[in-house]
Amino acid sequence: MRTEAAHSYPPLRQRSGVLLLRRSGYSLLYIALIAVAVIQVLPLVWLFIFSLKNNQEVFNMAPFAIPAHPHWSNYENVWSNGNIGQYFINSVWITAVSLALTVMLASFVTFAVTRMRWKSSSLVLGLFMVGLMIPVHSTLIPLFSMFNKLHLTDNPVSIILSYVAFNLPTTIMILLGFYYSLPKEVEEAAIIDGCSVNTMFFRIVLPMTSSVLATTAIINMIYNWNEFIFVNTFISSDHFKTLTVGVQNFIGQYTTDWGAIGATLMISILPILLVFLIMSERIVEGIAAGSVKG
Amino acid sequence: MEKVMSNKLVIALYVLPSLLLIMGIIYIPIVLTGYYGLNQWDGISKMVFIGLDNYKELVQDSAFWHSALHSLLLALFSGVSLIGYLGIAMVLSGKIKGANLLRKIYLVPMLLSSVAIAQLWLKIYHPTNGVLNSLLVSLGVDNPPSWLAEPSIVLIALFIPIIWQYAGFYILIYYAALKNIPESLMEAARIDGASPWQIATRIKLPLISEVIKVTVVLSVVGSLKYFDLIYVMTDGGPNGASEVMASYMYHKAFRSFDFGYGSAIGFFLLLICLVATFLIRKATASKETIQYS
Repeated sequence: MRTEAAHSYPPLRQRSGVLLLRRSGYSLLYIALIAVAVIQVLPLVWLFIFSLKNNQEVFNMAPFAIPAHPHWSNYENVWSNGNIGQYFINSVWITAVSLALTVMLASFVTFAVTRMRWKSSSLVLGLFMVGLMIPVHSTLIPLFSMFNKLHLTDNPVSIILSYVAFNLPTTIMILLGFYYSLPKEVEEAAIIDGCSVNTMFFRIVLPMTSSVLATTAIINMIYNWNEFIFVNTFISSDHFKTLTVGVQNFIGQYTTDWGAIGATLMISILPILLVFLIMSERIVEGIAAGSVKG
Repeated sequence: MEKVMSNKLVIALYVLPSLLLIMGIIYIPIVLTGYYGLNQWDGISKMVFIGLDNYKELVQDSAFWHSALHSLLLALFSGVSLIGYLGIAMVLSGKIKGANLLRKIYLVPMLLSSVAIAQLWLKIYHPTNGVLNSLLVSLGVDNPPSWLAEPSIVLIALFIPIIWQYAGFYILIYYAALKNIPESLMEAARIDGASPWQIATRIKLPLISEVIKVTVVLSVVGSLKYFDLIYVMTDGGPNGASEVMASYMYHKAFRSFDFGYGSAIGFFLLLICLVATFLIRKATASKETIQYS
């Protein structure tokens, strides 16, 4: 509700001038906002269009013209010719396992730090929070040599351990606020009823946090699905590569076939775009929560 | 109650696995990076302790300082673009129809992998068949530049997709912060005759200053350690013109197999990120916190 009407206004004629100015300013701003939105999606629209063309059409038609007979076969070809299917499956299970582990471990830590009583809880929390500031690259060389010694290079375990460790701080940070706000009475009642800590955590607290768990899971999913440097460094065989690194290598072999490249890229980004279409509200919330609270 | 909630065994069970994990994957490697930096090591043969020689070499390595300069330029460019994001978020958080949809559209590039973004922009910048130069030719430009092959423009050509990638992220953060300001404050200001500009600069900006600080840290530190897109798009080329600190480290370690020198760069990168965080926090530390609840 606007309250402007309730207050004193300048004379009528002057007011309509201001209104006109305000309205045209408003339209200009609106056009600018829409222009930014167009810039954000236009490259993707172009990607989709050239994924349906053959090279001749890419080079001779107008960039945004859709061919009369779209080459959906580009998608079939890249899916059946390369290892895209394998990469896709790897991405799915590595992403899923890492995010399940991260969310579970982060819940444990956050519960212990916020709800239980022990001396060094703030020190331990501090250790996790400092982790937010550490650049991945500064750990890369020792991690590589450590995993090498343990025979974990070219093994998905190295990737999963790295994902979980580097995602724990952000995940704990998102969970913290929620755990602090849980009412104390819940625990008191549970203990009076004779619950053990474990029962309380698994049966009462964890279900209560399900909405924020979904948020953290999505943030983890986006990060894991798109991660590049760990897989690129630790994994060498095609059998264990994920979609991001696989796509990079695949495109390296097909530098000249634009349709194939477009189709490959579309396959790699579609799952995330679909999840975004379905759960955009939660993703938007999670990204905002995950970054501001620090 | 006290006894149940301070059960040492349960606490250990809940905290230790994660603690061991971040120790093993984050903290021990950081210490090792510092140690490897004091050695000559190719990753395979025996390490030779050489003290601070790698760091002395680093100080005199002009290729490294060029990469550091590029990282710094990116940080500066990202920092300045925050002003634009803030402006967009201000407009968006006003009474705009479809604001919710717009901020979601802005966010789309942020969801994609750097590899996909890099490959897409490689095609956009393609000298002959890319959409950018096709457009320039149709507008009558005879010899459009080959964006990623010219040392003088390659950096700016790389910064644009990075801006494109993160725009929605920062707009979203600012938008969320602005939406958190109680409407009653703005109403009160309007009643007192404040203009929209005054409301934006005197009320909204001070109230979201904490969030602005966080985004400055995020964008500067993020820029200093930036890697993925540049690695895929130009690999630091042509001739080092787009090398940044993280890519230089990667090349030294995993291409030239100079793990000791790479570690020295990695450790330096860590120090720079920590110092940058500290300095920004210090410089922007407010004497009083503003409360509105």
